[in-house]
Amino acid sequence: MFKWLDPYAKSETLYHFCGKLLPFLMVTALVLLLLGNIWGIAFTPADYQQGDSYRIIHIHVPAAILSMGAYAAMASAAFVALVWQIKVAHWAVLAIAPIGAVYTAIALITGMAWGKPMWGAWWVWDARLTSQLILLFLYFGVMALDGAFSDRKVGAKVSSLLALVGVINLPIIHFSVEWWNTLHQGASITKFRPAIDPSMLWPLLISILAFAVLLMALTCLRLRTAILENEQHRPWVRKLVGG
Amino acid sequence: MVTGVFLQRELRLLARQKADWLNPILFFIIVLSLFPLGIGPEPNMLRIIAPGIVWIAALLSVLLAAERLFKDDYRNGVIEQLVAGRHSLLAFVLAKIVANWLSTGLPLLFISPVVALLLGLEQAALGAMALTLLLGTPLLSLLSVLGSSLTMAADKGGILLALLILPLYIPLLIFASSAIEAASMGLGYQGQLAILLAMLLLALALVPMAVTSALRINVS
Repeated sequence: MFKWLDPYAKSETLYHFCGKLLPFLMVTALVLLLLGNIWGIAFTPADYQQGDSYRIIHIHVPAAILSMGAYAAMASAAFVALVWQIKVAHWAVLAIAPIGAVYTAIALITGMAWGKPMWGAWWVWDARLTSQLILLFLYFGVMALDGAFSDRKVGAKVSSLLALVGVINLPIIHFSVEWWNTLHQGASITKFRPAIDPSMLWPLLISILAFAVLLMALTCLRLRTAILENEQHRPWVRKLVGG
Repeated sequence: MVTGVFLQRELRLLARQKADWLNPILFFIIVLSLFPLGIGPEPNMLRIIAPGIVWIAALLSVLLAAERLFKDDYRNGVIEQLVAGRHSLLAFVLAKIVANWLSTGLPLLFISPVVALLLGLEQAALGAMALTLLLGTPLLSLLSVLGSSLTMAADKGGILLALLILPLYIPLLIFASSAIEAASMGLGYQGQLAILLAMLLLALALVPMAVTSALRINVS
């Protein structure tokens, strides 16, 4: 596997690889996103208790799951970067961080919009909400730490290290609904028999997949930009941009 | 052995620069005395919020002490020498952690029961608070050494340090305050203490490694 992966540690190869993947990922993401969200929002039956407000789960749940997924991806990149000293992996960490932060913010904001009619409050200091907020701060921390050093190489390495340390928060978020007696409901789709009707489950699963593909697409896009920015003195970049 | 030598050096430095550890303690007391002024001297209200504000003041004062932990050693080249020497870096980190706990955690452990009494905390909750502080302050020291090593060479270290470590303190705060709450309602709180101990042991195993690699990154 390492033999197969090794060439992609070279920035030029990775740049072209991401460029090839990008259109496929982007189109797939858009198609799935339109399919999942339109199906979920317009064509599923209303909930017997929550009426139409529950439809926000088609944005809220994918964003929340993928905000953690993005963190896991970022931390894996950080691990690769620190252990094998691969600089493109550092750039991958910094490419994923803002996307993950936006997903986290979407999950928090849609959750608040749903919480107002359902719980009667925009925000409650519940374990899952609080730990999700911490996740947002961790993303901000990784981004801020990168910007704080005059030597960009040191900044990239140090923020990778922080990303790795913050992994400790992921199990806390995931199990927060089981460890604490909280207002936020427990998991309903990862159970062996999902506690959600198939007519609502399918569009939700499609939306989750769409958010995952969108994450990959945006990561490719940002990683390409980061490679160009960091390697601007290289001959192949100069030839590419015609400067 | 080597750790002992480093620890002696750290303690001697602390003894000469008293502001480094006295200021955070004064800060702790001042922050706590602001709360009754800010929210009114209602005894019932103070009794309810006492454990929470003692813990938050402890977090902030540890943070205050964390900022300068590695700054001087970094500026005058001590860390560079240690990284070049390779084998003694871990001993240095352990000595830093122990010295940080002795100079900020331990005094808090002695002062906070007194302050909590002044705020009207009950006897049962007082014991729980002392125990959570006993387990929690070493964890605070570990995390603040980690944060300090990450931001050691950063241009704007101070605010950044708060942004990095406060999120990591939150699980500790949650379990510590739930232990005290359980104790004040007369319930058992061994479970929360066990989790605090588990977090401390996990941090003790992993944080020194992360700190040594952060130090290496910063001087390479």
